[in-house]
Amino acid sequence: MGQQLSGHFRIAIVGSGPAGLSAAAHAATLGLSHVLLEKTAHLSDTIFKYQKGKHVMATPAALVLRAGGGLAFAAGKREGILATWQTMIAAAGVNVRLNAEVTAITGTGDPIPGSIQKIVTRKRDGSSDVRELQRLAPPYRLKLADGSEVTADAVVFAIGLQGNPNRMACPGGDGPQVQYQLDDPAAYNDEHIFVIGGGDAGIENALGLAADAAQGNIVTIINRSAEFSTAKDANVKALMAARDAGRISIMTEASTRAIEPGWITLDGRDGEVRARCDRVIARMGAAPPRGFVEACGVEFASNDRLAYPKLSAMFESTAPGIFVVGALAGYPLIKHCMNQGHDVVEFINGNTALKPADEPILEAKFAGLPGRRSVSDWLEYLRSRVSILNGMSALQMREFMLDSEARAYAAGAVIFERSAPGSSLFGIADGDVLVEVDPTNAAITVPLGQGTIFGEVGLISGRRRGATIRAGSDCILVEISRSAALRLMAAVAAAEREVTRITTQRSLQQIFKSGLTPDDLAGVIASARVETIRAGQTIITEGESGDDIFIIRSGSMVVEKAIAGKPVFLNYVPAGSFVGEMAVIDGGPRSATVRAAVKSDVIRLAGTQFRDLLAAKPDLLARLRAEMASRSQLNSFIEAKKDSFGGVVEMYTGVANFLVDNGLGEATDVLLIDEKLCVGCDNCEKACADSHDGLSRLDREAGRTYAHLHVPTSCRHCEHPHCMADCPPNAIHRGPTGEVTIDDSCIGCGNCQRNCPYGVIRMDKVPPKKPWLISWLLFGQGPGPGEPDRKWAYKQSPKGVEVPKKAIKCDMCSGQSGGPACVRACPTGAAIRVSPEQFLSVALLNRDAD
Amino acid sequence: MAARASGKAIARAPRDTAHEGFLTHKRSRWLKVALVISALAIAIYALTDPAPRPGGGTVVGYLLGTIGALLILWLSLIGLRKRIITRGPYSLKAWTSAHVWLGLSLIVIATLHTGFQLGWNVHSLAYVLMMIVILSGLYGVFAYARLPEQLSANRNEATQPQMLEAIRALDAQLDTAAQPLGKEEADLVRLSLEGCTIGGSLWQRLTGRYPDCGNGRALTAVQAIVTAQRHSGKADPRLTQILFLLERKAAALAQARRHIGIKTRLELWLYIHVPATFALIAALAAHILTVFLYW
Ligand SMILES: Cc1cc2nc3c(=O)[nH]c(=O)nc-3n(C[C@H](O)[C@H](O)[C@H](O)COP(=O)(O)OP(=O)(O)OC[C@H]3O[C@@H](n4cnc5c(N)ncnc54)[C@H](O)[C@@H]3O)c2cc1C
Ligand code: HEM
Ligand code: SF4
Ligand code: SF4
Repeated sequence: MGQQLSGHFRIAIVGSGPAGLSAAAHAATLGLSHVLLEKTAHLSDTIFKYQKGKHVMATPAALVLRAGGGLAFAAGKREGILATWQTMIAAAGVNVRLNAEVTAITGTGDPIPGSIQKIVTRKRDGSSDVRELQRLAPPYRLKLADGSEVTADAVVFAIGLQGNPNRMACPGGDGPQVQYQLDDPAAYNDEHIFVIGGGDAGIENALGLAADAAQGNIVTIINRSAEFSTAKDANVKALMAARDAGRISIMTEASTRAIEPGWITLDGRDGEVRARCDRVIARMGAAPPRGFVEACGVEFASNDRLAYPKLSAMFESTAPGIFVVGALAGYPLIKHCMNQGHDVVEFINGNTALKPADEPILEAKFAGLPGRRSVSDWLEYLRSRVSILNGMSALQMREFMLDSEARAYAAGAVIFERSAPGSSLFGIADGDVLVEVDPTNAAITVPLGQGTIFGEVGLISGRRRGATIRAGSDCILVEISRSAALRLMAAVAAAEREVTRITTQRSLQQIFKSGLTPDDLAGVIASARVETIRAGQTIITEGESGDDIFIIRSGSMVVEKAIAGKPVFLNYVPAGSFVGEMAVIDGGPRSATVRAAVKSDVIRLAGTQFRDLLAAKPDLLARLRAEMASRSQLNSFIEAKKDSFGGVVEMYTGVANFLVDNGLGEATDVLLIDEKLCVGCDNCEKACADSHDGLSRLDREAGRTYAHLHVPTSCRHCEHPHCMADCPPNAIHRGPTGEVTIDDSCIGCGNCQRNCPYGVIRMDKVPPKKPWLISWLLFGQGPGPGEPDRKWAYKQSPKGVEVPKKAIKCDMCSGQSGGPACVRACPTGAAIRVSPEQFLSVALLNRDAD
Repeated sequence: MAARASGKAIARAPRDTAHEGFLTHKRSRWLKVALVISALAIAIYALTDPAPRPGGGTVVGYLLGTIGALLILWLSLIGLRKRIITRGPYSLKAWTSAHVWLGLSLIVIATLHTGFQLGWNVHSLAYVLMMIVILSGLYGVFAYARLPEQLSANRNEATQPQMLEAIRALDAQLDTAAQPLGKEEADLVRLSLEGCTIGGSLWQRLTGRYPDCGNGRALTAVQAIVTAQRHSGKADPRLTQILFLLERKAAALAQARRHIGIKTRLELWLYIHVPATFALIAALAAHILTVFLYW
């Protein structure tokens, strides 16, 4: 078949990742006229950019691969997979056009009546613009970056999620010396290089370029603001060290004005600077592909950052004839992408009866439920019977169920217990459940009926379950994992509103108790607003007037009071509690300052409404008075102590703030080391390695220290783990005792490592097993206790067997009856593990003496 | 797919959250035990009046001897406990605590066991070795109490690899900065690059004195040249840059050497404590054997 690269096609496929390749290969097999348009000079850019030699994994194992044109995919090295695809694509006769970035897609037919798309752009200042776009009927015209065009009856969007790097806007920003990626830092010698952008990518590039002084590069990094606030601590420290060592220059509060061959002009704090410059590496983040996709007439489910395009069960978007598959459609695993590429071409070709490849997986999920229904009937059953699922499309339900479970419970069965960890949300599809509201008497329950949800407290706050819930009758429940719940709320605005309403009402009932009914709370709830508070932002300022009450939904707060002009740490308030009650009760000005320890969500309740509620409910008033009394007591205690031992209070404040700054505000369990006791024997690290496949999950020496209290680089088991945010196979879970763990389905993409703000995840290979310890003790065989060194591990590894690098982190020694090995193995008692409730006592304990 | 949260409120495995050092572990439980044992031993010794005279051969002597020998064997087991990481509950801190206090009670137990009869024989050898182990242990406790704070303060959040990396980075800069210099001056820089060990000999680590440190010598020499140049006009900027780098390296070296020095002192006593333990066990075996064979 001859290659035809312009003109009209039946199908135009945009993007040659696994999804696009598979679609194109299948179109070629079916003999459909098609073109595969790829922006870069090679196929499958996302995989092309994986680090050299990366082991690509083929999860989920249970999913069969359906790929057209004999395109195969099995786990293996990046290079091997790309090479196989290359030959298979050629063999299948795929019509590929490289260096063909699609910049716009518009219909060439008549306006489609009533098909108008609203595009909302949000601006930095919070305001937004709405633009309206009249959709035109297919065929579509695809404009390419080089000015040429192709037309097609159907378009398959498979452009993934990479997006486009933000471009240099200054004059000369499009010059040849400007690049947006750095593949090999060792490739440049004796150059004046400017790295623009102080995020992790920019810092890592700058450090890479300056790492080897023999390369002779003169590297300068330019940051727009004064601080490197978006980068990881470890990176910023390394950058500062490199600056102090004279290897890198840093310019902050600077921006580029112009770039010319050999020179760069910058606007700095002290005016304009012109400097020698051979190369500019711009790392200013990437714009997600959403803007481009929307402009083509594809509507997204909501304005949320997590939202995906609205699609039919056949991957068709709101623009008729434009289909979306792959990561952009919400399926980030290569196997899913390839299957969808195959399926979408079948659909376009008229085979609408095709069942998706994940059918058997879903069948297995529903197998345990009573009543024989088909997968699509079950999906419809759940969708129509659980209120928050009502707004979902059939395709969304499929994707949603892959990440959720449906289960039948017999009457009386316990669904979860009070204090169990868990961040999933439950929906009741059939039957009802009973909430044991009184921990001392299981007979006192509140029923929840079909259609509603429960478990929302764990979902929102990340804290343990507040009450035991059991089945009131035989019931069918759907358990929605936290990530699926977040995507659901992003996709369906009504679901988000419903969850917020229920959480507000229930958290008020739970926090204030006193037998409040939804009716009592109606006024207060009407006044309630959910607000997101940045870390460090103040919600209550000492001395100001104001009587709103705040309930902390997620995150945590720090309460401070100015004593003798200095802020003194009073208290730490976790999610699930409230602040601000004093002003409502005594009417005085705020007696202390409250600020967010980490990014938090609060519910703000208007003081006036709350006062009405208090007037009607004397019980509640009494409860609040009691709470207030104990808080005032703490305040006066600290105040009194201030006079007798000022140093103690200062130390207490210092230590408490240090711990909050190091993530204890969102931790559930964290390792601390008292450096007054630590003898540096590293037995904690050795114990960690020896009880976990030979790899230590903690770096004892690294991390911050204050007043000899050290927070080593080790997982904090965050309430809302940042690491979970972006894990393609959803390999990160919270285990039964609250630990955050990574399971075997990890594909080693490194997203979690990048997302963890505390830098505690390492990507590594499991080393071979060591000989028994006794043979080391007696005969010196093997490397001895602790992590074996790389040389030994390499020598002992069986040759020719590829061991993938996976994400490795602390699992809190779950499953070991003795608890965390690091603590058990510390000979001096320097290593302790604390939960946030305990850390205040650490801040105080044993430290008054000096 | 991995099992999701079971919904069960499983209690976490127990962990030590008490912020107590090993000496005061569990409100000084093992100190109290050791005091009681010692007091009992003294009481029994004082209250009985064995014939012909106190010593290993009496009933009390046997009793104290057996306790002492078993104690010594148990005390040695801490070396294994430290390295065999099992999954069940144990606390090395509790072991250390008991080790230290019960180890000290051996002074009383073993001394009473001898009945104050010492001489030039294998029996007394065992006693002396034991005292060496105990005294070195005592020094160890002293080191464990004092040095960690210094280690932490000197580290100032830097890790050992970072300290070494900082020195390597300064070396690389010195190397580049020395390129344009004449041979004589470049040789001075070479002195710093090649004639400078970080840790050095045991003696150097312990004293913290490195009189022939290449960097120190280079620094003095370059300092002298720059001072002379300043007197007679303007100093060569290439040399002042070198001087600056040498000073930075001196500071980095000092920090790394203090770090290594303190770590050495935290470990060194174990090189007496442990070999003496092996010698002690051998002597103890000989002591018991001779007693039973030749008595
Ligand atoms: C480091 C890393 C490791 C990973 N490891 C694994 C793994 O081991 N196993 C696994 O299953 N998944 C893995 N993933 C996830 C997987 O790689 C992606 O989800 C998958 O590649 C998405 O496929 P796609 O076809 O949807 O899009 P992509 O693979 O992102 O492909 C999109 C293509 O479209 C092109 N393009 C974009 N815009 C345009 C335009 N306007 N015009 C023309 N072309 C355009 C791009 O250049 C690119 O080639 C990993 C991801 C990362 C980042
Ligand atoms: C005869 C008596 C004793 C014997 C046989 C003995 C033996 C040992 C052994 C074998 C170790 C293990 C070292 C290692 O593997 O790293 C050790 C450690 C130690 N001993 Fe002793 N010891 C004795 C008495 C004492 C006493 C009296 C003290 C203190 C006063 C003491 C303090 C210590 C300390 C602090 C450690 C280090 C623990 C650690 O860091 O893990 N020992 N001892
Ligand atoms: S790995 Fe990082 S983000 Fe994830 S729970 Fe641990 S500390 Fe939090
Ligand atoms: S655990 Fe981390 S590395 Fe592994 S797949 Fe998930 S995000 Fe990627």
